[in-house]
Amino acid sequence: MIVDKIYGELCVTCNEQGYLTDLNQWTKDVGLEIAKEENIVMTDKHWDVIDYLQDQCRKQVALSIRKIGKSGVVSIKEFYQLFPNGPLKISSRIAGIPKPVSCI
Amino acid sequence: MTSPETKKKEDKKPIKKMMLILSKATIDNVYACFILANGARMEGIESEIFFTFFGLEAITKKKLEHLHVATVGNPGMHIPTLLGGLPGMEAFATNMMKSEMEKLDIPPVGEFLEILSASGTKLWACKLAMDMFHINEKALIDDLDGVLTVGDFYTRAQGENTHLLFI
Repeated sequence: MIVDKIYGELCVTCNEQGYLTDLNQWTKDVGLEIAKEENIVMTDKHWDVIDYLQDQCRKQVALSIRKIGKSGVVSIKEFYQLFPNGPLKISSRIAGIPKPVSCI
Repeated sequence: MTSPETKKKEDKKPIKKMMLILSKATIDNVYACFILANGARMEGIESEIFFTFFGLEAITKKKLEHLHVATVGNPGMHIPTLLGGLPGMEAFATNMMKSEMEKLDIPPVGEFLEILSASGTKLWACKLAMDMFHINEKALIDDLDGVLTVGDFYTRAQGENTHLLFI
């Protein structure tokens, strides 16, 4: 099921879980609005992670906690501190990329 | 006859904490436990592992990278028992499994423990099993959060929506 959602002045298409279906529709403002929904106050460190996730998504690399820990962008411990309550799924939603299917 | 309830209820509350008990040292059991604990953290659920009996091998520094899959008495392997018992068979099957896991980005045991610890999973050793096998805490991984009795572990399980799982 696809739904249209309005973030700020932009209308984007999301799946039923609230993940953007097209990364091209993403802007930093959209990311900020989604972060608000997830109760995350974005800092530079958060945006570094978002940049990395989008970059990996464009390269079609499947994401996992392990890969993020090895990325050099953020340690696993920091990643959990930045996005508590499910770091990979929340950060992916803010980044406008699909929900990762990895169990690791 | 009434039909079973399948609809999601409004008042359903999500799982808050997973308390896993690992009692075996075969690689399939160890990974099942680690993936469940890590998967919980990835969903924002608290998780803790209680290593007891042979499960202690998974946190014993010298042994954790040398765990095996059971080729004897394991019908899932589809190897005749007689062949499964041949020297080198366990090592062969284990290497096959490890290479398949590496392809799926599943880390080795030691690295997996580091990931779990960094993710906030609490790692506990069972006091009784340590006494029984004469294991000193120094032989166990540095990331260990401590040594507990069963009673201590149950106390930590307090609270609503905690689930205990024996592996």
